[in-house]
Amino acid sequence: MAIKGKPEIDRERCKGCMLCVRACPTKVLEADAAPNSWGYYPARAAAPDKCIACGNCYLVCPDVAVTVYKL
Amino acid sequence: MELAYGHPKSLKPIQTKYCPGCGHGVIHRIICEVIDELGLQEKSIITNPVGCSIWADLYFDIDSVQPAHGRTPAAATGVKRVRPDHLVICYQGDGDLAAIGTAEIVHAANRGEKFTTIFVNNAIYGMTGGQMAPTTLVGQKATTAPYGRDPEGAGMGYPIHVLEMLATLEGTRYLARGSVNNAANVRKTKQYIKKAFEAQMSGVGFTMVEILSQCPTNWSMDPQESVEWLEKNMIPFYQLGEVKNTLEASK
Amino acid sequence: MAEEKRLMKGNDAIGEAAIRAGCTAYFGYPITPQNELTAYMARHMIDHKRTFIQAESEVSAINMVFGAAAAGARAMTSSSSPGISLKQEGISYACGADVPCVVVNVARSGPGLGGISPGQGDYFQATRGGGHGDYFHLVLAPKSVQEAAELTFEAFDLADQWRMPVMILADGMIGQMMEGVTFPEPRDLEKLPARPWAAGGQYKTHRPINHVSSINLVPDELEAKVHERFLRYEQIKKKEIRFEEVNTDKADLILVAYGTSSRVCLGAQQMAKALGIELGIFRPISLWPFPYDRIAALAAKGKRFLTVEMSMGQMVQDVQLAVAGKAQVSFYGRCGGNIPTEEAVLAEARKLLGK
Repeated sequence: MAIKGKPEIDRERCKGCMLCVRACPTKVLEADAAPNSWGYYPARAAAPDKCIACGNCYLVCPDVAVTVYKL
Repeated sequence: MELAYGHPKSLKPIQTKYCPGCGHGVIHRIICEVIDELGLQEKSIITNPVGCSIWADLYFDIDSVQPAHGRTPAAATGVKRVRPDHLVICYQGDGDLAAIGTAEIVHAANRGEKFTTIFVNNAIYGMTGGQMAPTTLVGQKATTAPYGRDPEGAGMGYPIHVLEMLATLEGTRYLARGSVNNAANVRKTKQYIKKAFEAQMSGVGFTMVEILSQCPTNWSMDPQESVEWLEKNMIPFYQLGEVKNTLEASK
Repeated sequence: MAEEKRLMKGNDAIGEAAIRAGCTAYFGYPITPQNELTAYMARHMIDHKRTFIQAESEVSAINMVFGAAAAGARAMTSSSSPGISLKQEGISYACGADVPCVVVNVARSGPGLGGISPGQGDYFQATRGGGHGDYFHLVLAPKSVQEAAELTFEAFDLADQWRMPVMILADGMIGQMMEGVTFPEPRDLEKLPARPWAAGGQYKTHRPINHVSSINLVPDELEAKVHERFLRYEQIKKKEIRFEEVNTDKADLILVAYGTSSRVCLGAQQMAKALGIELGIFRPISLWPFPYDRIAALAAKGKRFLTVEMSMGQMVQDVQLAVAGKAQVSFYGRCGGNIPTEEAVLAEARKLLGK
């Protein structure tokens, strides 16, 4: 049974650096079209069902903007 | 649903002043993860100096002492000698450690001081707007090397391999170089930090983890480009891994 | 106090006094004429199992002091003039972060490398806040080995009380000469004043975290902080003025001098007495805060002043400030490492008195 996960992005902590998008092996994440209150375009879980809870997004995020859950 | 990766307790849950994509954020977090894992939040002291590191005490939820530029290892020496049972983290950038503070780091290392130095190497001066650092690569541009670092012609010297230099000193026990460019390296770097902290708490010194980090703003790149630049240029030059590990021998 | 009087060199006596005061961390670097102090601390701090480090430079030493004091220790460093120049940034940081510590300057002649003989050319550096920014710190000037020991012992308490560096401004003569000295009883290390603001020990009380720092990028906040500090300085000016007066009632001409110069003036005063000439002595002991009011009071009584220094004239400016144009202030000094002689001071005084 493959591990399934769920990333939760804190839109206001995220600065839109997109390093998580680069790091994600299953292309769960992308830039959100709607900016946050700082003017950044935060990451968004566009394909959450592809998440395998590897934690790469969390590991490379400089702002602890993403929390990862194992389902 | 269970939490797999979450916010460390000893890191304050506030947005940082660091630029988008800056390596400091990752480094702060993995240090706090280790502090949490070792249960040392109320027994840790960070010395953080001038440079972007000056903000560190806003985010680490631990006691801090702010020394003058370059003197961080001297202040950390004072702190650790007075509080030997605490985890003392000497957190520096490349200007602080390898330029103005060269004497202090060399002699703290030589004395085998029992604090752990975290050396954030982004090959540029961040806070002050992108001047050449002792670790700036040959040909790399900076505001004080507008045509690129020219070691011989313009007399700018070559970039310094700090850990390899310090490894010649007998007082050094654990010197490792990590990087925060990708998830695998972030994991490895955290392991180096944990090893260094555990060594410190068991009474061993001198320990240091140099961490290659991206500086998108002063490299004039966006975060993803900067990580690629680090991978292509810094990692081949500043090799990753444990440069010196005589921890077994210290036991 | 059944302590016997001992014959000791000034540098050694300062060291012994510091250890008795509860100095738990000393960081120094060799420089003449205070090397005996560093060596004394090396032996005795190690014997007492306290922290001693010969640092890689005077810069490093003051920053080790900063770290150690910020973490709760009674920390001290010592040097001589050029090394004190190196420490100015660190002293500014200690003042900006309100970190107590003791800095001993066994002054020599300058500027630059200068000489190793005694000098008093560091007065401005000591009393004007020699580093950058708006700050002051206590400066105490002993005249003898005994006083050097007493002031050093007290300096640690004053540093803790007022949360600032306290400087002992001695000179090479005091550091090198040998005189009888009696020491106070050693402080109980368990009974030293607490430092609730210091780093370390959070696990014992679970208090909020402490940051020992001097940065503030918000102008209004930094200004408020500096103003608050200056209010403390006003308190210090009320409570910590120290000076010694000899024969200031009878004499019309008062010799103003501190440290070794004051010993010379005392000699001149006694030579004058034998000749039937009245001279007075005003010896500031606290150079900051400076005893302006007392000098002004003497000026109001019609006294004249001859300031004697081992410099081109630094403290004389404070005497001039004190009298505010209401009295004649003259100056006699030697520099380069030369010490004024009693004969020369007497001759100068006689010239002024027309006697």
